[in-house]
Amino acid sequence: MKDDEYIPFNEEKGTESIKLDRREFLKLLGGGIIISFSVGDLFALQQRRRGSGYPEDFNAYLRIGEDGRISCFTGKIEMGQGIITSLAQMLAEELDVSLNKVDMVMGDTALCPWDAGTFGSRSTKYFGPPLRQAAAEARAVMIQLAAEHLRTSQENLTAKDGMILMRKNPEIKVSYAQLAKGKKIERHLEKKPQIKHYSKHTISGKPADRSDGRQKVTGEAKFAGDIRLPGMLFARILRPPAHGAKLKNVDTSAAERIKDIQIIRDNDMIAVLHRHRDVADKALGLIKAQFEPSTSKLDNTTIFNHLKDTASDGSAVTEAGNLDAGKGLASKTFEKAYFNHYVAHAPSENHTAVVKIEGDKATVWASTQAPFRAQGEIARVLGFPSQNVRVITPFVGCGFGGKNQGPQIVEAARLAKLSGKPVQVAWSRKEEFFYDTFRPAAVIEIKSGLSSSNQIVFWDYHNYFAGSRSSQPFYNIPHHRVLSYGGWGGRGGGGSVHPFGVGAWRGPGSNTNVFAIESHIDVMAEAAGMDPLEFRLHNLTDDRMKRVLRAAAKKFGHSFSKAPSGKGYGIACTDYLGTYLATMAEVNVDKRTGEIRVDRVVCAQDTGEVINPEGVRMQIEGCITMGLGYCLTEEIRFKDGRILDENFDTYEIPRFSWLPKIETVLVDNPEMPPQGCGEPAITSMGAVIANAVYDAIGVRLFVLPMTPARLKEALKKEQNVAGDKNRSIPLPTIS
Amino acid sequence: MAKPKKKKNQTFTRRDFLKGFGGGAIGAAVTPSLLAQDKSALQTQEGKIPLFTKKQIALTVNEKKFTLIVESGETLLHVLRERLNLTGTKKTCGRGECGGCTVLLNGKPVYSCMYLAVRADNKNITTIEGLAADGKLHPVQQAFIDKDAYQCGFCTPGFIVSSVALLNTNPNPSQEDIKKALSGNLCRCGSYVKIYDAVSAASKSTRRP
Repeated sequence: MKDDEYIPFNEEKGTESIKLDRREFLKLLGGGIIISFSVGDLFALQQRRRGSGYPEDFNAYLRIGEDGRISCFTGKIEMGQGIITSLAQMLAEELDVSLNKVDMVMGDTALCPWDAGTFGSRSTKYFGPPLRQAAAEARAVMIQLAAEHLRTSQENLTAKDGMILMRKNPEIKVSYAQLAKGKKIERHLEKKPQIKHYSKHTISGKPADRSDGRQKVTGEAKFAGDIRLPGMLFARILRPPAHGAKLKNVDTSAAERIKDIQIIRDNDMIAVLHRHRDVADKALGLIKAQFEPSTSKLDNTTIFNHLKDTASDGSAVTEAGNLDAGKGLASKTFEKAYFNHYVAHAPSENHTAVVKIEGDKATVWASTQAPFRAQGEIARVLGFPSQNVRVITPFVGCGFGGKNQGPQIVEAARLAKLSGKPVQVAWSRKEEFFYDTFRPAAVIEIKSGLSSSNQIVFWDYHNYFAGSRSSQPFYNIPHHRVLSYGGWGGRGGGGSVHPFGVGAWRGPGSNTNVFAIESHIDVMAEAAGMDPLEFRLHNLTDDRMKRVLRAAAKKFGHSFSKAPSGKGYGIACTDYLGTYLATMAEVNVDKRTGEIRVDRVVCAQDTGEVINPEGVRMQIEGCITMGLGYCLTEEIRFKDGRILDENFDTYEIPRFSWLPKIETVLVDNPEMPPQGCGEPAITSMGAVIANAVYDAIGVRLFVLPMTPARLKEALKKEQNVAGDKNRSIPLPTIS
Repeated sequence: MAKPKKKKNQTFTRRDFLKGFGGGAIGAAVTPSLLAQDKSALQTQEGKIPLFTKKQIALTVNEKKFTLIVESGETLLHVLRERLNLTGTKKTCGRGECGGCTVLLNGKPVYSCMYLAVRADNKNITTIEGLAADGKLHPVQQAFIDKDAYQCGFCTPGFIVSSVALLNTNPNPSQEDIKKALSGNLCRCGSYVKIYDAVSAASKSTRRP
């Protein structure tokens, strides 16, 4: 499968839907001025949405209401990444209204046009530009209406703060509300109107109040699990102890004796439902069930060999020149392997859904990154037309790719239908760890060579299941080849590469690739006798990359020397889908305990035009903080289909006490359209810390996470055998 | 066995019990005579196993008094979220690993998912919903807004309550004090930098001259 297919859309569709055209859809909205527009590669999206029932020539719109408030309707969702603010800023800027006049209506399938889902740091990058154009179009409509209203020509008018006023006499003016009153105007954005030059911006590019702030600090913000409906039942579902374990027999008699308990058995699903969550929990505990053992015999110590053994034939992601010719030019050659384990999304909010069914209509509240996908699935499962299923996305408590899939939504829908009551399914933390679509374990093998002038002359890159994003070399390498033997997706289970589901995880593919590439660059830099910064600059022709490297080095305030210097300094850089960044870190390694403490991280990022500077800094800081986890501790331990990590006691995610000093540099590049920023900075963390550890103690770690056990093992051997051709990898035993 | 009584047992639920006082967050103290009527709720239905033993507790939540019948294994979190409908307090890990369910109990922070409701008898509880007074945000809440100290917002109530607890006992915490006090709360989005800024700012705004 292609790596960039974030959602593996199978051709599951709702039953035949009545199709609405644009006019009919917008008719449902009431009065005001409406501008509809298209985002992204609409044609490609349409191929996937056949039968969804939505109009196909636009996928977002904005409305100037008769009260002068501006609403933007989009199927995107807010999960902490801040687009509820950055998109509103872009809209407010072009329409010349204050930010607090803008309402973002997001992720509601009844109100919003179809959308593929929210992932891949794409919202600001792809949604922003057409949104600006639509807002500029709306502004033009306002000026046109004002010209009629004020009996003057459009050239005499300008817009300011929700008003149209005469340029020469600003006392003569009319508000957007007055202009929209009693009107019903619908425009579809066809041509691209002129938008403001960034130098004229007063809202975009400036710090902004976030509209979700008050709700989130007072506890008023509703997440799916906070939805309470009359008569609602809480459902708990019997789960197998291991992936691939089939139910042998079950005895629900003890659970049945609980007052008012409802037990539902529907094919493979056995659920207990009660109006109190804790009673449902207890009832589940009373079910006696026996399962066949899983057929999976894999665990953390065998997985890497398994991945290599089951790999399909490699396919070229990119290639140039001739590897043999490159090898002929090399005076030094290198061959290393890099390994990364499964990690969990571990969102704060567990997967949750509430489903209410009335007649042939269903209303759904779900923690999801893809409400329209959920709508299609529910329609199929219930046998309803898609338009009879309304999915409402309340606030979502983290996603990181883990909520692209929504099996809990389907479970709630089935149970709501069978029980005849509204049903809430909220996974426990244990279920969350069990059914997560993990970032896949992966192996990268790199062969490379340096010329006598320390140019990288060949690069032969073999990627087993990391996913190909960020695997293309951005250094100037004349002879290179990148082969992929399988991507990051997959449902898991029988016959699959992975024993459980895997999928997109913040910066999919890239975390593993950048760890391998940028570690390997340091391996070569040392052999070249050069410092890691100088070696990178020596092998780069991309000025944007050089600029972020220099910006990070300047902020870090240190001129490198050849590693290992004993100082514990590391550097890494990357290009993530058009966002460039360089990260530097300072670590402290305790050789006795094997613990790595990260003291300082500097990240310089060029994300194109910046819409919300604090929002961008927050995403970089979040990436760095979250990234510490997969570098140092996070590793899903599993054995024979069982997931051994069930909670945060053994699966350690970054805590406050780990917090290094983090400094961010936003490298100015306003001429370039805004790029994504929710993921890029997490992808360089593995390499920057591995490189800093090497600089500190002269020992390189080739396996993530860099746990104390692995560090001590590597110290003991003075080299980590996992980096050699020999693939027997020392891993901690599973308790 | 008298049938009418049995029927009553079947239909009398905790929810019904609360509904008797108007449902949702009820402030008024419950009179003993009303409680006496609920004795039936303490009995188990014939033929059904007694899953829980029940106990009557009184507690003050956000300055409102409640009296209710809880089950022996019921957590304070369950009482707050499912019975008092105070859903600002979140269930995240369910076993005291993450701090998402932190509330103040007689001024001290506790993980409500690990705290049995029966132990909260006669205690004074403050949840995230009880921090703002007369529509004015608590200085810590305001600081979280001012410093952008949240992303998805799911762990935010727990962080704010833990921060309030810290500043109540230590109005001028050092960097290490803040890190230590908040290390029992997990934020997956990675907002610790900005949370640190917010708590620092709040400590200055609450500091007495």
